[in-house]
Amino acid sequence: MDAFIHQVLSGLATGGIYASLALALVMIYQVTRLVNFAQGEMAMFSTYIAWSLINAGMGYWPAFLLTVLFALALGVVIERVVIRPVENAPVLAIVVIFIALLVILNSATGWIYSYTIKTFPSPFPKEPLFGNTYISSHELGAIGVTLVVLALLYVFFRFTPLGLAMRAVAQNPESSRLVGIRVGWMLALGWGLAAAVGAVAGMMIAPIVYLDPNMMGGILLYAFAAALLGGIDSPGGAVIGGFVVGVLENVLGAYVIGNDLKLSVALGLIIGVLLVRPSGFFGKVHVTRV
Amino acid sequence: MALLEARGLRASYGPTRVLHGIDFAIDEGSITAVLGANGAGKTTTLRALCGMVKTEGDVRFGGARIDGRLTEDIVRLGIAHVPDGRGTFVNLTTEENLRLGAYTRKDRAAVESDLERIFTYFPRLKERLRQQAGTLSGGEQQMLAVSRALMLRPKLLLLDEPSFGLAPLLVRELFEIMRTVNQRERVSILLVEQNAAMALDLANRAYLIETGRVVLSGAADEIRRDDAVRRSYLGY
Repeated sequence: MDAFIHQVLSGLATGGIYASLALALVMIYQVTRLVNFAQGEMAMFSTYIAWSLINAGMGYWPAFLLTVLFALALGVVIERVVIRPVENAPVLAIVVIFIALLVILNSATGWIYSYTIKTFPSPFPKEPLFGNTYISSHELGAIGVTLVVLALLYVFFRFTPLGLAMRAVAQNPESSRLVGIRVGWMLALGWGLAAAVGAVAGMMIAPIVYLDPNMMGGILLYAFAAALLGGIDSPGGAVIGGFVVGVLENVLGAYVIGNDLKLSVALGLIIGVLLVRPSGFFGKVHVTRV
Repeated sequence: MALLEARGLRASYGPTRVLHGIDFAIDEGSITAVLGANGAGKTTTLRALCGMVKTEGDVRFGGARIDGRLTEDIVRLGIAHVPDGRGTFVNLTTEENLRLGAYTRKDRAAVESDLERIFTYFPRLKERLRQQAGTLSGGEQQMLAVSRALMLRPKLLLLDEPSFGLAPLLVRELFEIMRTVNQRERVSILLVEQNAAMALDLANRAYLIETGRVVLSGAADEIRRDDAVRRSYLGY
């Protein structure tokens, strides 16, 4: 029983990370109607920046904050420089650009930092908190950080004028222009926020999976599954999906299919959701008149 | 001096030219109606003023050129546009729709009092404040679209077919409110309408557009008395 509780709790910890990355995917999907395949590599690259800062002697939390700001800027720059010029290009062209971004960020990181696996520090104590045997301090801390990020995002989108403007742009860019919203900047800011959330996810997962340029491949797959499960256009659904996928992955891995086949949980989920309920559990069913 | 003046305004969708060089002026504090049949270019005229289509020609607002500028910059100068199809943010609440109208304003206290004033025009919106705007009836969404535009505190209000899809009684009410807004708040109005009789009742001046050209213009009373207009657009 103890082992089972442990599996569920550490599933929640990685689930929170999938939830963050899934949320980043949804944020970009809502404005572009496309899944950003480079989301994981943007997070990975940002995590390397954090590693550099910490190695240069900076404290963990200042480095954390600086990395989040760096990721925000990275997202904005990628949107303005790479995505903006192809705004009206056919879907496939943009997908190819996403894949190119993925490959470029991955190889650039390998080139700058080498492909050797590095350890990444955790800001939380080594000993489990309160002497519990179920969950490590880092896992507990990661859940906490994830929840804080999600709460901040909720407050931002729900209660600030800027957040309202971004939601407006996501659903009706033309009307947004007509109330004076600078739509282009809102799109760029959306990319920035998604990248920043991804960076937090990267820094939280790195102590668990270690730092290497390919660290995000599997994680992005789980995040896809989470986003699809919740409904690709539903931020709340993506978050719930993330936690569900995290727990499922751990429990199935430990008791049913074994650790080696864990990743197939994500693939199985993706196929299952697309077959049975393509809009996910919380997404809207889109009906188009033809 | 004219508040807004367009000279040789042309507009195209891709290779198809829709406006072939129209001239018109809107006096400060006036209500100007643009009349015409379906496909004459009325909606395009409004869209051209806001930079929502590719245009050529010269448009001045308060003396300054605005042609070729971004829609959001034109709006920030004080031109509010109630678009064709109402432009409701369907997944946001009525209140959020209204607050978006005041997005560019910094005078918070005045925004709150403007909200209250709008509820005196459209009490129905106050009842629907927390409701998703997409669930409002067509008439309510039209009221919402007009209110959202007024929340900008515009100098000029562009109205695209405000009577579209509304019950006759509601249309009359809406037009009365437009008259009040024009007189009490000194908002100039450019009104595009198919309901020519009502538009001419409300307007001071009118322009008649056919296939992208102004074919007739003048004081609303004169236009109403024009034989051709009476037969084709007023139906008696």
